[in-house]
Amino acid sequence: MKTKLVILALVTLAGMAFAAPQTFDFKDPKGINNAGFKLDAPLESINGSASGISGSVVFDPSNPGATQGKIVVATSSLIVPNPMQRQHMLGDKWLDAAKFPEISFTAATFKNVQTTGDTTTADVTGRFTLKGVSKEITVPVKLTYLKDKLGQRVPNQQGDLLVIRSNFTIKRGDFNIMPGQFEDKVSDTIEITLSIAGASPK
Amino acid sequence: MRKTLRIIAVVLMVGAVIFWATTGANQGWTKTRVPQKVVDEVTGLEGVHWQDKFVPGVDFLAMAALGAGILGVISLFVRNNSK
Repeated sequence: MKTKLVILALVTLAGMAFAAPQTFDFKDPKGINNAGFKLDAPLESINGSASGISGSVVFDPSNPGATQGKIVVATSSLIVPNPMQRQHMLGDKWLDAAKFPEISFTAATFKNVQTTGDTTTADVTGRFTLKGVSKEITVPVKLTYLKDKLGQRVPNQQGDLLVIRSNFTIKRGDFNIMPGQFEDKVSDTIEITLSIAGASPK
Repeated sequence: MRKTLRIIAVVLMVGAVIFWATTGANQGWTKTRVPQKVVDEVTGLEGVHWQDKFVPGVDFLAMAALGAGILGVISLFVRNNSK
């Protein structure tokens, strides 16, 4: 009986070691991580992306629903093809990048968690902060855990990767970005596509 | 002189239209960079790298038309050299 209890304790400890939460860093040395945005107004369509991604996420492969973390986008890293448009976008009337250098999302709770193999889908509720205004939003996410794949992406590094994909929309008016103005040229609805990978070195 | 100015105005406008048409006939604003998709083989993620490239848009055509128009108006006030 005692032997069985010892074995059970050892197996439990071993299981916990393999399933321990890991911290994934989303600063991407390859520059692939990006957040795309699209504003489709009646008179104009604006497409751009941001590559200044950072942040960290704590993820447990055995309990994906307990994931916590924060993703940050540097406001100044937002790019649109036209230079004048970019200047206006980052200026004080719109995003005011000088005063509000970060756009962030802090995950709080995961619901509708479904895991198939290495992939987990869920609805994440958290605080989205843009131009100094924070709002609670719920967004769908897809997490893909790539065990021992870090070395294939970054030479001389061993570890795991966590890929996060999400598509969601926000309204710029909710974040005090020229609410109700120029909506025929700058859509109130902003479609955001997040494509990022974080690394957890061993 | 009058004729020269008008010829320059026409060349300017026609040249701008040809340049605009041969670089993609972009009906939006002029671009100074274009997105290039990059796929990460390990994660499957599609990244975006912005490449510096001048792509004239409708504002480019408008500026050319404005320039041609100004030259045309100036030509109205320039004395003809030939009698």
